[in-house]
Amino acid sequence: MNPLSEQRKIIIIGSMLLVSVVCLCKLFGLQVIDKRYKEAAERNAIREVTITPPRGLIYDRNDSLLVYNEAAYDLMVIPKDMKPFDTMDLCKSIDITKEELCEKLEKAKKYSPLLPSIVKQQMPKDDYGFLQEKMHKFPGFFVQNRILRSYPVPIAAHILGYIGEITDQQLSTDTYYQLGDYIGISGIEKSYEEELRGRKGKRMVLVDVNNREQGPYKNGEADVSAVAGANLWSTLDLKLQEYGEKLLEGKRGSIVAIEPSTGEVLCVVSMPTYDPNLLVGKDRGKNYAALNADVENTPLFNRALKACYPPGSTFKIANGLIAQQEGVINRNTYYSCGGGYSYGGHRLKCHSHAGSDLVDAVRCSCNAYFCHAFYNTISNSRYHSIQEGYQVWKNRINQLGFGQKFNTDLPYESKGIIPSVEFFDKRYNGHWNANSVISMAIGQGEVGSTPLQMANLIAIVANRGYYYKPHVVRAIGTKNTPNKRYNEKIDCGIDQRYFEPIIEGMKLVISGGTGRLAQVEGIEMAGKTGTAQNPHGADHSVFACFAPVDHPKIALFILVENGGWGGVLAARIASLMTEMYLNREIKQTQKEQDVLTHTLYYAKKKNAN
Amino acid sequence: MLTDSQAVTSKGIDTHLILIYVALVIIGWLSIYSSSYDPQAEFTLFNLDQNYGRQLIWIIVSAAFAIAILVVEGKFFYNNAYIIYLIFMLLILSVLFLGTEISGAKAWIKIGSFSIQPIEFAKFATALALAKFFNEGKTDSERRNIWLIAFIFILVPAGIAILQKDTGSALVFFSLIIMFYREGFSGWLMLLGLLIIVTFVFTLMWNELYTIAFLLVLLCISCFFIRGNKMKLLRNVGIFLGFVMLVFAVNVAYTKVLQPHQRQRIDTIFGKSIDPKGADFNLNQSKIAIGSGGFAGKGYLNGTQTKLNFVPEQTTDFIFCGIGEEWGFIGSIAIFTLFMALILRIIFLAERHKSTFVRVYGYGVASIIFFHLVINIGMTIGLVPVIGIPLPFISYGGSSLWGFTLLLFIFIKINAE
Repeated sequence: MNPLSEQRKIIIIGSMLLVSVVCLCKLFGLQVIDKRYKEAAERNAIREVTITPPRGLIYDRNDSLLVYNEAAYDLMVIPKDMKPFDTMDLCKSIDITKEELCEKLEKAKKYSPLLPSIVKQQMPKDDYGFLQEKMHKFPGFFVQNRILRSYPVPIAAHILGYIGEITDQQLSTDTYYQLGDYIGISGIEKSYEEELRGRKGKRMVLVDVNNREQGPYKNGEADVSAVAGANLWSTLDLKLQEYGEKLLEGKRGSIVAIEPSTGEVLCVVSMPTYDPNLLVGKDRGKNYAALNADVENTPLFNRALKACYPPGSTFKIANGLIAQQEGVINRNTYYSCGGGYSYGGHRLKCHSHAGSDLVDAVRCSCNAYFCHAFYNTISNSRYHSIQEGYQVWKNRINQLGFGQKFNTDLPYESKGIIPSVEFFDKRYNGHWNANSVISMAIGQGEVGSTPLQMANLIAIVANRGYYYKPHVVRAIGTKNTPNKRYNEKIDCGIDQRYFEPIIEGMKLVISGGTGRLAQVEGIEMAGKTGTAQNPHGADHSVFACFAPVDHPKIALFILVENGGWGGVLAARIASLMTEMYLNREIKQTQKEQDVLTHTLYYAKKKNAN
Repeated sequence: MLTDSQAVTSKGIDTHLILIYVALVIIGWLSIYSSSYDPQAEFTLFNLDQNYGRQLIWIIVSAAFAIAILVVEGKFFYNNAYIIYLIFMLLILSVLFLGTEISGAKAWIKIGSFSIQPIEFAKFATALALAKFFNEGKTDSERRNIWLIAFIFILVPAGIAILQKDTGSALVFFSLIIMFYREGFSGWLMLLGLLIIVTFVFTLMWNELYTIAFLLVLLCISCFFIRGNKMKLLRNVGIFLGFVMLVFAVNVAYTKVLQPHQRQRIDTIFGKSIDPKGADFNLNQSKIAIGSGGFAGKGYLNGTQTKLNFVPEQTTDFIFCGIGEEWGFIGSIAIFTLFMALILRIIFLAERHKSTFVRVYGYGVASIIFFHLVINIGMTIGLVPVIGIPLPFISYGGSSLWGFTLLLFIFIKINAE
């Protein structure tokens, strides 16, 4: 071997030995000198603890609490971390059978051996305290705080909505959530989910072999702090909402109140309703199924937003406004009545009176007057065809908020029904005229609207020509950070001057017309009765009003299914609601008594059961 | 005829190498068994649901490979070295098109429910081809370009490995440069290359200031050797400035040119990311496992860290964690002793052999095994970046075990003749 090769062999062997010695030195340091790793091994298991921030609270417009949080405790398991344990002991501690436990653990393993799954949901505080003492016996298990929604006053269930465990489908589309998380399912809880939920944080903690927390991992470097959910201030008035629900108790129907100057919804009563506390906690599924199965009362159905009723005489207000704007009538236009409106051999009846001008027609709700006005609106010679004329009317009625959703934070609205030109073309093979659709003049026939839309119409009248989209949240985060989503002022396309005769008529309705029962002492009101014909039974009792006339603070719409003539039951409720909102107390105790004792046939039937 | 070949196989076979091989394979199986050990599970030796059961099959197949090699005539490997190289290059190339992706690397061919990783076989093929190349008489033009051609032998499989996103395996081929050095490759160039790599790694692992400080220290040390020779001093300062520029170039490339996700990858490789679930977590867990072993270890089957799955890839790339935890520093010494004994024995035999072919191949085998040993164990204790390559003969996996068995036994065979 030549000397160069010999030298290189030695360099190679020497370097290899040197590197090996370096490695062994490092290993010596790691294994023999450094004691940290031995300690680390003893408490070695990093667990990611999710910090679920408290969900935002919901207040009413006067800072009264509507929704708050209550703590509950879930027992979780990470299957991979499980070690043999005394199953009987655990079963006894959390009060479930061995079979249930095994089933839960199987399911958890299937979901993920590494991610936590729920073993026992929402343990009461006492159980938790008892269990916490012996958690070290159950490696792989730990307890996670949960937040349950709670309602100090069980009202406004439909609007507040509820939260529930996230579904697999939602889980697959939104990475924010984990299995077992709660998410807003309906109502405000759903529309404002992102604001209310805040942002989850996480803590990396070291857990020892006995499953005891040993402090933060890397001094909390990897932790993410949670951001608490924002509190919401609802536009609802707790007192008014509660009172409205009390008045409608045992009846079916709804009350919607709007503050005209802002579009803020003051109350949304839909009866029958349910106690929101039922849809909280571990019995939620069971209770929901029971509510859902109640097909007779449909408590889950939000009538105020979803039910599509014939609007009845209150719709005449809208038609009166459109007819004026279209120039086919003015406040002095007089139509004779003589007990009805005749067309093509039919007769749309009215009560017997000679005839009226616009103000008087509103006061006495003259069917004939509004039929003439509607006829002239859509058969206007300005337009070349009935289709064109009808389309003009339809556009205007849409501008007044009918036939479409507001798409605000109110849950599950219905569009209502304003049929299209095509609909009538199809029905009448293209040959139709104003008289074919004349019932719509008085809010009957093909037209349908929700109580919310009607209340909004009254708000438009109260504002004399504009509205803000009705919504239920006024401030987010702090009371002084207004919800800016819905502050657009919407013009309804009717000139201000056309409102005066209508309002004048509505004032007369209260002071001396069909709605006298709605009067509240000391408050000037404008209103309109309605009796929505109901093909399925007794007529719906309808009343719409706003007050005070000059500076309207509340626009109200009341509908009681099968409640009979609007001037009685609905008007009384309107009166009491107005008094409650504006005076904050009820002096008309007799009226209140009358409403509360007014029972309807379905209520009786229920009692008989 | 039969008696003849029997005589040949029994003669000249180095029993030391075979004994060390058997010891390492047994240690490997025991470690794999330990890391999947579950006191409650029923033990069946050939349990194909468990890694240890499958590894036993791989071991039996390896033994068959080993015997087959010992039976084949040694000349076969010399005569067919290029063909073997070509076949395996084509095979690893085909993986690019036919392969399956497993944990990020498209380096596997699926046959039924088993996957093989052809790159493991390319290692011995490359060493074999290079051995033949160095052994052959050279024409003048070949002699001039000898290192260029030698590097091409390495660059082909390394390039394909990179295309397979298997950086670890690609680096393995460069370990053959150790053998180049023995065969006369410039020591200065090696030092320069090494320094470039170190500069790269340090710049990315630490920061530019520390790296420049390190280079400055090297410059001072070099000044001590040149003793006032001004020309040499100037040259060394020039080289130093070149390296400083390299540091800044790497830094600029890292901060300005690379996309954030690429940066993230590099951070992960060099343990700079603090993602507790990422590579940093793995390294930390690996260190905890090894460190908790102490001097004498926790005893066989008593490791908690590996048993509770704290360590990732603990039967393959991180198999040393289990050994370190259960056998402690004594185990570490034993592993290094066995490997170094194997490597030094190979070098000893290679140097003693008259044939250049055997010597070059022997150095190739020693280089590859040494590189695997240092990178694999260095990775588990945080000395080198996390580069996923197996610990020879010990890590779980058929391809790796077979590849190393072929690598070693071909040496045993050709050395015997």
